[in-house]
Amino acid sequence: MSSVTNHPLVRLETLVLIAIGGFAGSNLRYVVGLLLAPQAIGATLVVNTLGSFGLGFILYEAEFTGLLADRTRLIAATGFLSSFTTYSTFAVQTAQLGDPFTMGVNVIATHGLAVAGVLSGRWLASKIPRGAQ
Amino acid sequence: MTTVDPAHIVGTGGALGAVLRYELSMRIDTEELPLGTLTVNVVGSFVLALLAFVSPSESLQLFFGTGACGSFTTFSSFSYEIVRFWEAGEKIRAIGYSIGTLSGAGGAIGLAWLLATFV
Repeated sequence: MSSVTNHPLVRLETLVLIAIGGFAGSNLRYVVGLLLAPQAIGATLVVNTLGSFGLGFILYEAEFTGLLADRTRLIAATGFLSSFTTYSTFAVQTAQLGDPFTMGVNVIATHGLAVAGVLSGRWLASKIPRGAQ
Repeated sequence: MTTVDPAHIVGTGGALGAVLRYELSMRIDTEELPLGTLTVNVVGSFVLALLAFVSPSESLQLFFGTGACGSFTTFSSFSYEIVRFWEAGEKIRAIGYSIGTLSGAGGAIGLAWLLATFV
């Protein structure tokens, strides 16, 4: 990394961008939970799948075309989408299910849909015309 | 005392969780393994489970649970990392990483239960 990214002001800027994304991402996750209540596990499955799709798109877009700015990626990926999705809620909700079969189903469904989300995001990113640059 | 909108409590906790996750990942992620994601997911599961067992007031639950732990941990980075391992032909590492995270989080939840029950 260059010396510019180590400047205290730039590091502060990075943290502020991530904080803004984190504020919005956790808020939207909370709203999805309220909308889908009392289906708490369903809400977690939805945010983790949609968030994985979004993150897959943004991170592969960076690799394939790189149209989005680095700072946009910081606020959208590290801040917003990583906060929108959650592992802890998934883990605790799974433990609370109690029944091993249902727990297994939730683990497999969550992992399967999240990976499918990332792959769908990658597919969409690969469809961006490179000439658009 | 004025009441704070629950969404603001969640958002503020969420901003804190996201910044802590970033700072930790910057320090401990390695080329071989996303140790940062692994750590936040295990530690965050421990704290969230502790909150579930202790059941604090609603505002504390919203700030530390839904907000901070929810944002500190991440499923999207986790699933992206699994796909990257798989693409690189490191299928064993992809499976080991996901099972390792799951076992770590499960163990952390068990530890939180022990602490909440016997301490």
